[in-house]
Amino acid sequence: IMSLFGEVPQATPVAVFKLSNDFKEDANPKKVNLGVGAYRTDEGQPWVLPVVKKVEKIIVADNSLNHEYLAILGLPEFRSSASKIALGEDSPAIQENRVGAVQCLGGTGALKMGAEFLRRWYNGNDNTKTPVYVSAPTWENHNAVFANAGFEDIRPYKYWDAEKRGLDLDGFLGDLESAPKHSIFVLHACAHNPTGTDPTHVEWMQVAEVMKRRKLFVFFDSAYQGFASGCLDKDAWAVRYFVTQGFEMFCAQSFSKNFGLYNERVGNLTIVARDSDNLKRVLSQMEKIVRVTWSNPPSQGARLVAITLNTPELFAEWWDNVKTMADRVLLMRASLQAKLQALETPGTWDHITQQIGMFSFTGLNPKQVEYMIKERSIYLMASGRINMCGLTTKNIDYVAESIHETVVNVQ
Amino acid sequence: MSSSWWSEVQMGPPDPILGVSEAYKRDTNPKKINLGVGAYRDDQGKPYVLSCVRKAEAQIAAKKLDKEYLAIGGLGDFTKACAKLALGDDNEVIKSGRNITVQTISGTGSLRIGANFLSRFHTEARDVYLPKPSWGNHTPIFRDAGMQLKAYTYYDPKTCGFDFQGALNDISKIPEKSVIMLHACAHNPTGVDPRPEQWKEIADLVKKRNLLVFFDMAYQGFASGDIDRDAWAVRYFIEQGHNIVLSQSFAKNMGLYGERVGGFTVVCKDAEEAKRVESQLKILIRPIYSNPPMNGARIAATILNTPDLYKEWLGEVHGMANRIITMRELLVANLKKEGSTRNWKHVIDQIGMFCFTGLKPEQVERLTKEFSIYMTKDGRISMAGVTSGNVGYLAQGIHAVTK
Repeated sequence: IMSLFGEVPQATPVAVFKLSNDFKEDANPKKVNLGVGAYRTDEGQPWVLPVVKKVEKIIVADNSLNHEYLAILGLPEFRSSASKIALGEDSPAIQENRVGAVQCLGGTGALKMGAEFLRRWYNGNDNTKTPVYVSAPTWENHNAVFANAGFEDIRPYKYWDAEKRGLDLDGFLGDLESAPKHSIFVLHACAHNPTGTDPTHVEWMQVAEVMKRRKLFVFFDSAYQGFASGCLDKDAWAVRYFVTQGFEMFCAQSFSKNFGLYNERVGNLTIVARDSDNLKRVLSQMEKIVRVTWSNPPSQGARLVAITLNTPELFAEWWDNVKTMADRVLLMRASLQAKLQALETPGTWDHITQQIGMFSFTGLNPKQVEYMIKERSIYLMASGRINMCGLTTKNIDYVAESIHETVVNVQ
Repeated sequence: MSSSWWSEVQMGPPDPILGVSEAYKRDTNPKKINLGVGAYRDDQGKPYVLSCVRKAEAQIAAKKLDKEYLAIGGLGDFTKACAKLALGDDNEVIKSGRNITVQTISGTGSLRIGANFLSRFHTEARDVYLPKPSWGNHTPIFRDAGMQLKAYTYYDPKTCGFDFQGALNDISKIPEKSVIMLHACAHNPTGVDPRPEQWKEIADLVKKRNLLVFFDMAYQGFASGDIDRDAWAVRYFIEQGHNIVLSQSFAKNMGLYGERVGGFTVVCKDAEEAKRVESQLKILIRPIYSNPPMNGARIAATILNTPDLYKEWLGEVHGMANRIITMRELLVANLKKEGSTRNWKHVIDQIGMFCFTGLKPEQVERLTKEFSIYMTKDGRISMAGVTSGNVGYLAQGIHAVTK
C-alpha cells in the first residue's frame, strides 16, 4: 500500500543535541563538551543538588502523597512560591492580588503557554500578524516556540555587538523605537543566552522607558535566576523594576538550571495583570489552552520545588547550592581569562569575565569553531558559544591552549 | 497606563469534566459521592498508589540517577516497553523497526502531538471522525491543531449499547483518507466496546474506505483486566495491514495520573520512513516543551522491564478491573432491591471505568442537587468512584430520579 507518510522529509537535527551526540562518539580522551547548557561539577559530572536529594527522601517517606492529577494550572503552592522568587516576597503586585501563574513544562512550556495566550487574546483575537521580537542572537528555540504558536512575523532586535563584544544599546533602543506599537518583545531577565551579556540597571531603565511609551509587550524569559550572580534577588532586578514601572507582563521561569531539575520539566509562567479581575479572566483562558496541550502538568518536580521554597531551612540550603554553582562558573571565567592573557592570545578576552551566567560568547568564528571540534575535540556551538560549566580545573589548560592555537592558526 | 491589555478577554467556561470535581469539593454533605473524573478509587474511596509503583520508586531512589535532560523523544527504556505493551512482544512491526514511539505528556499530550503531526503532514484530508459520543477533550484538541471534526454513529441510547449497523453505515460514507478515531477498549464515556467479530467488520470496512486509523488506548488492562485482551483490536488492525497511529496513557492502568506518562506511536511502511517520521515528531515536540518529564516514565519503564514488578502490576490491574466489575454487579443488584423495574443490564455489559447510565440531564441535576451525587451531565458515571460503602445510597438516588 502507498504510505500516507511517503512524502515526509527527514528533518535536520536540533544543533545542540547533535553536538552532544558527536561528542559522545568522539574517542579522543582529551575531549571537552562545551555545548549543551547544563551544570557540571569540577569532575565534569552532572550535579544533583544536595537539597534536592534531601527533599526527594522527604517525598518518598511521605505516605500521604500520591500520584493524583494536579489542577490544570498546576500545584498552587508551587505557582505562588515560584512567582515570589521572581517578583520578590514583598512585591506590591503580589500584595495587590494581581499576580497569577501557570505551572508549565519547563521554561519552554512557560514560553509556549504565554505565546499561545498572546496569539489568541493580546491585542484583539488574532495576533498572528503581531510582530514578536527576539534578541539577535537568542536561544534557538525562541523562534520555533512563537512560530508554532501561530505568530507569522518574528523579527530580531539588535542586541549583540560582535565588534566591541558587548551590548549594542543604541541598536536595541533604536529597534524599540521603530517597532510597531503593541509588538511583543522577548527579554532575557539575566544571564543572556547565548551571549552572557546583560544590560546594566541604567540600560534596563532606558529600555523600560521606551517600552512603556510605545506600548510594547514585555515577555521576560528567566531561565537562570540565581545562576548569574549567585544571588536570586540581584538576578531578578530587571523583572522587578519593570513591575514597579506598572507593566502588565509575562515572565517565563525555568527551574531546570537553578534547581538542577532539568528532566522533571519544572517551569512557571508568572502573569502580572492590572488587577485581580483581569487576572482571573486571563487564568481561565490559560486553562483552556493547557487542557488541549497537556491537560495538567507533572507533579514530581513542582512538589519538590514547592517543599523547598516553602521550608525555611531548605530554602536557605537551596540558596547555598545555587551560589555553589554560580561561584564555580565565576572561578572558571576568571581562570580562563587569566590563562589566555598569560598565553598572550591575540585579541582581548575581558568579555569572558564581564559576561555573566552559564554561557560565554567567545568571539570565535565558524571556521575557528570547526577547528576546535575537528582538531582539538573541543565541542562548542557554531556561534562560538561555550558553556562555562564544561570547564574544570583539569581541562582548562587544554582549552586555553586550544583557543590560543586556534586563534593563531585559523582566521 | 490605567487600562489593561486583557479587558477584552472573556471569562472561559469551566471544564465540564474537571468542573464536576471542583463542585464536589465545595459540597459539605457527608454522603456526597464523586462519580465525575475518571481516576480509580479503592473500596474506601481513596486514591490507590499501586504497590508495584512504590517498589519501582524505591528501586529508582536507590540508583541515585542524575536529572539530565531526556532526549526529545523521551526515555528509550520506556518507549520500547510502551510499544511492546501495546503491540505484543513478538510483533512484526517492532521487530522490523517500522514503528516510532515517542514519550508524551500522558494521553492528552499524545493526542496533541498526533493531531499536530497529522495537521502538518496528512494534507490530503483535514477531517477527523470521532465516535458519537467521544471523550470531551478530543474535539478541542484536534480543532486547536487545525483539524476539522466530524462524527460517526456509535452509541445507541435505546439499548445503551453499540449501534453496530449505524456505525457501519456512517463509516461506509466517510471520504477516503480521512482520519477515523477508534477507542481501543473501554470506550469513554459510554463503556460500550465492539465485540471481536464486530471489530473485524469495522477493520474490513475501514480498509475499503482507505481511512487513516487513530487508536486512543487510555485503558489497556483496565477494561477486562487482561492486557493482551484489551489490546486485541489494535493488534488485529495492524495484522490486517493498517498502518495506524496510536495514543497510550499510563494514567489509569499504572495510577500515574499526575506524573503524565504516555506514548505516541506511528506505524510506518518501513524503518527508513520511521526515521523520517521520528525526526519530524521531534521538530513538533521541541517548541512545546523541549523534552518530556522523567519521573513517571522511569517508574513505568522499571515496572515494564522488571519481571517481578511486571507480574505484580498485571495482578494489580486485574484487581482494579475486578473491583469495578464487582461494583457494576452490586449497583444493579441494589437497584433491583430498591424496586427499580428499569432494565439496568447495560451497567453490567459496559466495560471499563465509565458507565453511561442513560440518565437524562434533568435527572443528573436532581441527583446532584438532592443527593450530592456528582457526575457529568451526559449521565456518565465513573464506576471507580463507587464503593461497597456508597453503592446502596447511589442506587437509592438513581432509583429516586428514575422511578
